[in-house]
Amino acid sequence: MSKWNRRAALTAALVLCALPAFAAGEATPDALEKFSAAASDLRIGVDTVWVLVTAMLVFWMNAGFALVESGLCQAKNTTNILAKNFIVFAASTISFWALGWGLMFGDGNAFAGLQGLFFLGGADNSPALGEAYAAMNPFSTTAYQGVYSAINWTPVPLWAKFFFQLVFAGTCATIVSGAVAERIKFGSFLVFSFLLVAFVYPITGHWIWGAGLLGANNFRDFAGSSVVHSVGGWAALAGILVLGPRLGKYGNDGKVHPIPGHSMTSAALGVFILWLGWFGFNPGSTMAAMNGTAIAHILVNTNMAAATGALGATVAAWVLLGKPDLSMILNGCLAGLVAITAPCAFVSIGSGAVIGLIAGVIAVLAVVGFDRVRVDDPVGALSVHLVNGIWGTLALGVFYDNDVATNIAALATGLSRGAQFLVQLKGVLYVGAFAFPFSMLFWYAIKLTMGVRVSREEEFEGLDVGEHGNQAYPDFATHASSFGGTGMPAHAKARAIAMARTPATAEP
Amino acid sequence: MKKIEAIIKPFKLDEVKAALMETGVQGMTVTETRGFGRQKGHTELYRGAEYVVDLIPKVKIEAVVPDALLEKAVIAITQSARTGRIGDGKIFVSDVADAVRIRTGERSEGAIS
Repeated sequence: MSKWNRRAALTAALVLCALPAFAAGEATPDALEKFSAAASDLRIGVDTVWVLVTAMLVFWMNAGFALVESGLCQAKNTTNILAKNFIVFAASTISFWALGWGLMFGDGNAFAGLQGLFFLGGADNSPALGEAYAAMNPFSTTAYQGVYSAINWTPVPLWAKFFFQLVFAGTCATIVSGAVAERIKFGSFLVFSFLLVAFVYPITGHWIWGAGLLGANNFRDFAGSSVVHSVGGWAALAGILVLGPRLGKYGNDGKVHPIPGHSMTSAALGVFILWLGWFGFNPGSTMAAMNGTAIAHILVNTNMAAATGALGATVAAWVLLGKPDLSMILNGCLAGLVAITAPCAFVSIGSGAVIGLIAGVIAVLAVVGFDRVRVDDPVGALSVHLVNGIWGTLALGVFYDNDVATNIAALATGLSRGAQFLVQLKGVLYVGAFAFPFSMLFWYAIKLTMGVRVSREEEFEGLDVGEHGNQAYPDFATHASSFGGTGMPAHAKARAIAMARTPATAEP
Repeated sequence: MKKIEAIIKPFKLDEVKAALMETGVQGMTVTETRGFGRQKGHTELYRGAEYVVDLIPKVKIEAVVPDALLEKAVIAITQSARTGRIGDGKIFVSDVADAVRIRTGERSEGAIS
């Protein structure tokens, strides 16, 4: 029997023995103290398991993103997209450890954390039971002592807090990957991921979750519609604008030339994985296991919005585009999940269903809309994460329910729906006003120093060979239906498109 | 000796093969291929935008037959490959100057019977 097991058994025995003693009114001070310590240990253990298991589910969302993004892109770029989705979590881990965590949760001013900045180096007595926790747990009177007080409300060890927050930072960074797919240099993407997680994500995160200027002023975002998704979306939008569209996507005739994804099997499996992962993302954001009512409410709300999001997109695509395009249904499901991420603990289940439904419709309109303005987003990341991150943040105000906010989120503001909406709107504008220009700055810095876009030839041939030296599917004729599935050999089509887009004098 | 090249819908391959074998055709070569005819392919829809798939997957059957078998074989293909809808395919017939069975060196109709 391991040390941990002995301790758990002892804890359980103490709880079982002590209860009848209390009931009979025979508790001695010594027994009471032992019982309190055992109950606290038990609670910390249960909470930590909950936080870490849900964090593992969120980690697994990386697999979902990898499958969705590679499935919705061309076969010739599959290795590249998988490599990006893989390495981005490694980069996020180092970046968030080195600086991101400190900027986000360190004690500081309204703008950024200033203490314990590097490598979680600040003082922290977690699993210390701060005042908020003492209120939940009458057995503990230990006060929090440390420099990460913005997150002292959760009674888990520091490294559990870190890992849970890290997987969220990683999610934000991986959102960018799909939007810039099929044309970005691998190295440039890697550098941007480091910068995003080190600087952009934690600063807006500090405003909202680090007791900064938004969170301290009634702005609410339970699990990150703004903190994670719209920040990732803004960074992705900046990347797309700096990169430009994929060659051949928008013709000189003003028409959109679709570049179909190579595997709807991958894409659908990826969204199932993300849907599952979201049951960690939102319910885990309680960061404590003891309020079962809250966890159940949040999980059902999450599922409800995913379901109505998928249905909303199905109907919207069927009515507006003629067919229930699976890629749209998948985007609609994700849109519902992103939209419910902020309000899941602040709105009723019925409201959650409506929020998801609207998100699904918005996703379809946004995909078509971005193509109209020639913003080339191969996987719909902007429509899902940026647009619906904003919608979800605003929906928290529109559907705000003070009873749910009190009992489920334990973060009630007491504001009316109108007032809460205005607070949310202000937050959306602040986050956009920071995340977008700073991402733009980093993208331009990368463009000027190492370049962002692969060569025209490499884009035609595929980034798999160009960036990584080998193909995802070496046994298949992956170029047969490249560029719009017309079946023309890729090099012939590529040349045709290149000639169409280049002034005659530039052609040798 | 004639060569029959029949371009058909892929899902008709088994029926056409069986019909040809019934007529006494001894061998054939089958190729997966792509092409278009008068309809110039069809359109598909992806994320709200249409695109043209002009080269549609087809199967090409090549069989070299004795002159005596030609008419029966062509009729067999026509009947077995027909759905009555656009895209049923084409049959081309051409003369073959010679044939050799590599293993034995047999020539002409001796090589294909």
